[in-house]
Amino acid sequence: MVDRLARRELVTPARLKAKDPEAMAGLVELYSANIYRLALKMLNNEQDAEDVLQETFIKAFRSVDKFEERSSLSTWLYRIAMNEVLMLLRKHKQEVISVDEEQASEEGAPEPVEIVDWCCLPEKELLDSEGRDHLNKAIERLSPALRAVFVLRDIQDLSVRDTAETLNISEAAVKTRLLRARMQLREDLSRYYGKRIA
Amino acid sequence: MEHSSSCKHLLGSLSDYVDGELSKELCAEIERHLADCTNCQVVVDTLRRTIELYKAAVSHETVPEHVVQRLYMRLNLDDYIPH
Ligand SMILES: [Zn+2]
Repeated sequence: MVDRLARRELVTPARLKAKDPEAMAGLVELYSANIYRLALKMLNNEQDAEDVLQETFIKAFRSVDKFEERSSLSTWLYRIAMNEVLMLLRKHKQEVISVDEEQASEEGAPEPVEIVDWCCLPEKELLDSEGRDHLNKAIERLSPALRAVFVLRDIQDLSVRDTAETLNISEAAVKTRLLRARMQLREDLSRYYGKRIA
Repeated sequence: MEHSSSCKHLLGSLSDYVDGELSKELCAEIERHLADCTNCQVVVDTLRRTIELYKAAVSHETVPEHVVQRLYMRLNLDDYIPH
């Protein structure tokens, strides 16, 4: 059994470019869970998330020759996945959706309205099935531009820099959008959990 | 909620503050404000909790086995399906 560390060493751009199946399987093993989660959080639909997962690796293997080693394999994969996600969102909503939107409203964050301290609720209660459902709905209410930043930075734990590189936006834009996304989610969750403790 | 100018001033730094990315001086400034401002303290606490909850919620989520299988098959990597 190849362990994770050995697997990581096996998965090199050179081996991938040579279509070495062991390296390809290694890439899938290392990143498929992250890609699936990213797609699921962006789209909140299991079938769509599975489509994105498959398309991401198909496109990655098809275009690996063009992979430049300036960025990491993971950032490259996330970028392909995010493009697939945006394509699906566009298809569903039939409107123009891009991560470049929101230029106009990029100044500062909205001021907090809901001031309820719900932190005292135990995690078991906060994350019961209704609570989880609400978390997903709150994410869905974010614009795709804000959602993408929040998912990459806070859910996938990417650095500000890697988030910027994945979305092809500046680090300053990542920070502004992250603040807006977090504050909007905080409001949403405060309204919801506030009712539950009332 | 009433927002004093120092509350508004704090708002722009909140993300960096909860990420621990502010300078010592700015952190100290914010903490002095929080000690006197219950509203902002609640905002900081609930903001932190919001981020934690999302992280905690996904940490339990795994990819369904049939999704993994179909992925390997679609990629012609059937021999490598994890068991
Ligand atoms: Zn204040």
